[in-house]
Amino acid sequence: MDKQTFLTRLRNGLSGLPQEDVEERLSFYSEMIDDRVEEGRTEAEAVEEIGPVEEVLAQIVADIPLTKLVKEKMKPKHTLKAWEIVLLVLGSPLWLSLLVSAAAIVVSFYVAVWSVILSLWLVESALIGSALSGVVLGTVFACRGNGLAGIAVIGVGLACTGLSIFLFFGCKEVTKGILRLTGKLLLALKTCFVKKEAAA
Amino acid sequence: MDIQLKRGLLDVCVLAAIKSEDSYGYKIIKDMKPYIELSESTLYTILKRLETAKMLTVRTAEHGGRLRKYYHITEAGLRRIEEFKEEWKEILAIYQFVTKEDGEHG
Repeated sequence: MDKQTFLTRLRNGLSGLPQEDVEERLSFYSEMIDDRVEEGRTEAEAVEEIGPVEEVLAQIVADIPLTKLVKEKMKPKHTLKAWEIVLLVLGSPLWLSLLVSAAAIVVSFYVAVWSVILSLWLVESALIGSALSGVVLGTVFACRGNGLAGIAVIGVGLACTGLSIFLFFGCKEVTKGILRLTGKLLLALKTCFVKKEAAA
Repeated sequence: MDIQLKRGLLDVCVLAAIKSEDSYGYKIIKDMKPYIELSESTLYTILKRLETAKMLTVRTAEHGGRLRKYYHITEAGLRRIEEFKEEWKEILAIYQFVTKEDGEHG
């Protein structure tokens, strides 16, 4: 493959990126090829040393943050014509509400995840609270001569202590698991976006 | 190798490659080759990152009828290399501790 073909294929593959980024990367690779040719290699050899276009493209896309890809995708490819602006404005009740609901889904997902974690830890702290108060109140009862009730309350308190210790490890594992899962989801989202971009 | 660790190492290697004199992309790759293999796209990302961190500056100069980009290390870049040397001393001390333990236990 000669230099021009390599650069053209690279340009086509990078069409999802901002124009100035594309130019900068192309001139970088062009310089790399020229420097190799200057050292005595043929153009084809120099291009081969850089590697297959697909691999170069894949690496470039993987290096670019998701936000940049999304921003570029959302940006119109040409300046908007008057009728397009009119359509956008007229359509705003539709796309604006869709956009808001998409954002709401993401937010509610996070709220749901965090409320599961929060409620687990609330149960845990309630158990610790009743364990403490059970033991203290039971002792007070017992000392005031209400022996049987006192022992029963102390017993409940001790049971709560046991349960809270047991639940503590459960809570910890579940929290870790949920956090790991959300991390994986984010990664999956990014990967699928990047793949789509690479195919375009 | 751990990705974070490798990334940090590569940054310092590129800085070291332009430390004594300004250099250009292909020369940086050639100079590093005996020590660490570096692909063009990785180098591009590193150079961008170092430029954003103001550890190097870029100038374009004419060379043989075409343009070539030269990279120049800044004060911050030199400081980064010194920091790296200090960090590495600590890591070496830890390494010695770890291997000593190995010896004692069998």
